[in-house]
Amino acid sequence: MSAVAEKECSPACWEKADWPAAEMYSELKSGPFDAEVPEKNAALLSTLRRDAVTRPVVFIGAGTCGLGAGAGKTLEAIRNLLRVKEIEADVVEVGCIGLCAAEPQVDVQLPGRTRLSFANVTADRVAELMEGVFGGELPMDLVLGQFRGEAASWDAVPYLDELPFFAPQKRWVLASCGLIDPSSIDEYIARGGYSGLLKVLRTQTPIEFCVTVEKSGLRGRGGGGFPTGVKWKIASAAAGDQKYLVCNADEGDPGAFMDRAVIEGDPHRLLEGMALAAYAIGANKGYIYIRAEYPLAIARLKVAIEQGKAYGVLGDNIFGSGFDFHLIIKQGAGAFVCGEETALLHSIEGKRGMPRPRPPYPATDGLFHKPTVINNVETLANVPGIAMHGDAWFNSVGTEGSKGTKVFALSGKVERTGLVEVPMGTTVRQILFEVGGGIANGKKSKAVQIGGPSGGCIPTAQMDIKVDYESLKAFGAMMGSGGLVVMDEDTCMVDVAKFFMQFIQRESCGKCIPCREGTRRILDILEAITRGRKSEHDLDALVRFQGVVTVEKLARIIKDTSLCGLGMTAPNPVLSTLRWFRDEYEAHIYERTCPSHVCTDLLTYSIDQDQCTGCTMCAKKCPTEAIMGAKKSPHYIVPDKCIGCGSCMDACKFNAVIVA
Amino acid sequence: MIDIKVNNRTLQAHEGETILEAVRRGGIKIPTLCHVDGLPPSGACRMCVVDVEGAPGLVPSCSFPVRPGLVIQTHSARALEARKAIVELLLANHPDDCLYCVRNGNCELQHLAEELGVRRRIYKGKRHVSKQDVSSASIVRDPDKCILCGKCVRVCEEVQGVSAIDFINRGCEAFVGTAFDKGLNLSSCINCGQCIMVCPTGALTEQPHIKRVMNALADPEMMVVVQHAPSVSVTIAEEFGMKPGTDADGAMVTAMRRMGFDRVFDTSFSADLTIMEEAAELVHRVTTGGKLPLMTSCSPGWIKYVEQFHPDFIDNLSTCKSPQQMMGAIIKSYWAQLEKIDPDKIFSVAVMPCVAKKFEAGRPEHGTNGRPDIDAVLTTRELAQMIKTRGLDLNELEAGAADSPLGERSTAGKIFGATGGVMEAALRTGYFMLTGKELEELRFKQLRGVKGIKEAHVEINGLTVGVAVASGLQNAQQLLEQLKQGRSDLHFIEVMTCPGGCIAGGGQPIGTDIERVQARMKALYAIDRDEPIRTSHGNKWVAKLYDDFLGKPLGEKSHELLHTHYHKRHVLT
Repeated sequence: MSAVAEKECSPACWEKADWPAAEMYSELKSGPFDAEVPEKNAALLSTLRRDAVTRPVVFIGAGTCGLGAGAGKTLEAIRNLLRVKEIEADVVEVGCIGLCAAEPQVDVQLPGRTRLSFANVTADRVAELMEGVFGGELPMDLVLGQFRGEAASWDAVPYLDELPFFAPQKRWVLASCGLIDPSSIDEYIARGGYSGLLKVLRTQTPIEFCVTVEKSGLRGRGGGGFPTGVKWKIASAAAGDQKYLVCNADEGDPGAFMDRAVIEGDPHRLLEGMALAAYAIGANKGYIYIRAEYPLAIARLKVAIEQGKAYGVLGDNIFGSGFDFHLIIKQGAGAFVCGEETALLHSIEGKRGMPRPRPPYPATDGLFHKPTVINNVETLANVPGIAMHGDAWFNSVGTEGSKGTKVFALSGKVERTGLVEVPMGTTVRQILFEVGGGIANGKKSKAVQIGGPSGGCIPTAQMDIKVDYESLKAFGAMMGSGGLVVMDEDTCMVDVAKFFMQFIQRESCGKCIPCREGTRRILDILEAITRGRKSEHDLDALVRFQGVVTVEKLARIIKDTSLCGLGMTAPNPVLSTLRWFRDEYEAHIYERTCPSHVCTDLLTYSIDQDQCTGCTMCAKKCPTEAIMGAKKSPHYIVPDKCIGCGSCMDACKFNAVIVA
Repeated sequence: MIDIKVNNRTLQAHEGETILEAVRRGGIKIPTLCHVDGLPPSGACRMCVVDVEGAPGLVPSCSFPVRPGLVIQTHSARALEARKAIVELLLANHPDDCLYCVRNGNCELQHLAEELGVRRRIYKGKRHVSKQDVSSASIVRDPDKCILCGKCVRVCEEVQGVSAIDFINRGCEAFVGTAFDKGLNLSSCINCGQCIMVCPTGALTEQPHIKRVMNALADPEMMVVVQHAPSVSVTIAEEFGMKPGTDADGAMVTAMRRMGFDRVFDTSFSADLTIMEEAAELVHRVTTGGKLPLMTSCSPGWIKYVEQFHPDFIDNLSTCKSPQQMMGAIIKSYWAQLEKIDPDKIFSVAVMPCVAKKFEAGRPEHGTNGRPDIDAVLTTRELAQMIKTRGLDLNELEAGAADSPLGERSTAGKIFGATGGVMEAALRTGYFMLTGKELEELRFKQLRGVKGIKEAHVEINGLTVGVAVASGLQNAQQLLEQLKQGRSDLHFIEVMTCPGGCIAGGGQPIGTDIERVQARMKALYAIDRDEPIRTSHGNKWVAKLYDDFLGKPLGEKSHELLHTHYHKRHVLT
């Protein structure tokens, strides 16, 4: 395997891309590669890797996040401009590079120069940008940074990998996201893609590769953290003429978009990972279960699968090894519970997506009762790297029990939202304050929610906790699939718990009683806590207190008895907010106030008599005529009439309305 | 055998069985709400959770396989607290109208609430409120009382292969409903009522006919006659606390008389009549090259199933009406003439082990000029209810006998109540019709028992007659598949919709389980063993009916009164 380039470690988050294995060219069923004419091939590879370009290339981040920020219009503007100005340039739609806060993002690479990256390029700024770049006068307020490369660098432009957002990252899964054209298998191959598959098919038996993955320490990135190699070994040893590999791309956590970004930006990495996993367990058929809400990702996958088949990296007799692998995309209808593996299998089988008890585990009795391995997107996207570089390379990064990197979707009240990949063992504080740049708008940090509705919150004081499976579990949170939602001082933690309970009770499949009925009752209790006195009748107050005393017991029973992971972890948001922010709960319960001024029903508005000028604006806006007072003299609010809508506060120009 | 430790005792468990199976055999009671014997565990109700040493949470005993060294506490404080909380959660979403409920007194939820000492309404909040579905002729669904255990859904799909109902919506909005949430009457429901039998609460019950029977009994103008199906006498005793397998025929007849029924007839008589017609039909088809295999038509759920899902096999169905409908037709024709009564003044009641019979009685094919042959169908449960309402107790009544001639039966008609019984009765008479001789051994051992599919090959006049018996439509479906694959050795197939036959029908006492079914079956075969007239052609009253009125089997009069036809049905699926 000498032709597989030795990995050259760079200190930066983007490690140098691999070169394809030389024996690969002759194995591909089609494609532009030609091993017979080495010079031509080398030039082709260089072009595909964009080490050097012969004419300008404009890259635009056209993942779902970019398109949401207006990348579509930006793209149109760029195309128009190039046409009008008659500039010969390539326009490449790439996936998300991860810095969502900077979308729409446009990169420009001029011949002989390094690739430049620009942030927030809305359509109206395209002309300015293009003129600047082609005129040699960069619009510095748009400049994000430049990539490293052999070409001439730009002066006074920082390197991207030195930016605080990128510097602490280690991009393995996201290595090519945002850099390559996701609809080009050639670009993937040019960066070493499918060489790992070739290497494993040539040098390792399936069980040997299972052992490699086991030794690498790779654990399931979907939340549970089960050692991937061990799971594969069980399935590999299970009796059965037919086995299946299933990729779980049913990413449903609120605030999680890691899998989408990987598939949109680098679909072949997933396909290669799946082919490797299938080889390891002896499956010749694979399913990608992906939610229908990801149309772009599905489109990218379809293209990638067709290319894979044409090139012979999927289908029958891959690389002449006798190993067949066929892939089917199965679209989910958007039920959160279908991310649970047994529910997911039922859904593929055409049944209602409801979990079943385990054991038996899918590894021995799975899809259509055949041994089945279900891995999540990120897990599988890690596999090509292990195939290429071996287990020691992979487990050199991370902590004792958690190896490699983890991708997080950073969202909420953080300065730089986005997709980040950090080594296991990075602290939450580093992710939030270094990568994320701290809290937005100069507010104070309160907590982060990790692991979505199944996870827990980590208060600011505890943020030195390392992200690895054990530490988080010991803390009472969980890795989850990688959502990190940042909350600032304006966030009410009771409200957060309520939000997650609303989500869970809506998304519970309804099968097991504790999850179906219990989450609803917890929500009832939280709603009672956040309800004001005015809307209380008869015995409501008593019921409210009764709820308060039962909520912890109820949460414990739901955890103890639920059928699947969704139910077992459903009370986590309540339990963890209760643990760390008990004072907020108590303020709601005993004082009937919301310290963060979020629970509108508990807010009381009043008017500062010294500040009020008697302009009457508030009285005009008040929907319930609760504000009284003569013109040009201080007004006051009649508490019984006030519904706490806050219109007066918005209307007041003199900051005279006080909320408590 | 594996040793496991349960509640500090050592129990022996079989390899591959679940904790629940092992501890139940060991005499330890663990409550369940969603467990159905014989079906794969669903794990929905979580009532059966137990404490297993080393497990992080509580473990559902219904699905957790035993392994050596398991240390289990079935009634630990944690497990009991969880069970109680689950019941409390269910009650928070359950109407508080136990006193008005048909299952008052034999509701599993009620029992559990009582057993676990639920004394207070812990959780108060919104409840799922929905309307009753009374659209079906056989079954009433009250989703308000449904606790979503899913047993009805599983039985409908996994036992019957019908899938008329399933879960709709998610989370606390989930409910059990039909395709497009339309009425059950438009669904693919075949009215078997197996869902009622597994429902732990009053969410599923029969369409009640008690009121109309009471009204008829109170009407002095009406001649109210009742027929009782072969299986009812061996099951109704359970409703009065007698042990399963007790034949309460005599006491039941007495009770019916005391309640005011003018005549008591035995459906086993018309079962004998059915055999005469059906055996003749078989002989006819075999000798004239008609459509084979012939399939029985006594079970109305099966008929609707074929009409809906397998219309290709409609021509295989026997054109014979079911015993209920034959009796109905005979009562309002022959018997009305005999007694010189205006058929319009006869109110004909059938007591059946079945809820599909309510649907069958209303089929437009059954009746004369818009006058139904059967006016009301009571289930075993309804009859028991009526007897109790009348202040009677079967334990205390002397034995009476059914009225002649339509109350006279052979034991061949009686064994209709068990799966395989129709076939056995038909073989006895078919053999006689073809050979003119009686079988030496009337008992067909291979056709008895609760197995889902049973087969036999019988030599008659040099012809090897292949017969098969299926109960439970999933099993019938298997036979149909074999026929589609080209299997050709079968001449006659008996299908009973309910697994085990009518003794396990959807109208039988709640709490029917495999042990009870076996006891009831034993009781039927004991009657067959002990009585002298054991063949339908040996029933002289049936012979007299032919002589006096019908002529001969498959004759013109028979065709008019005793045979019917079926048609392809379109339903929502």
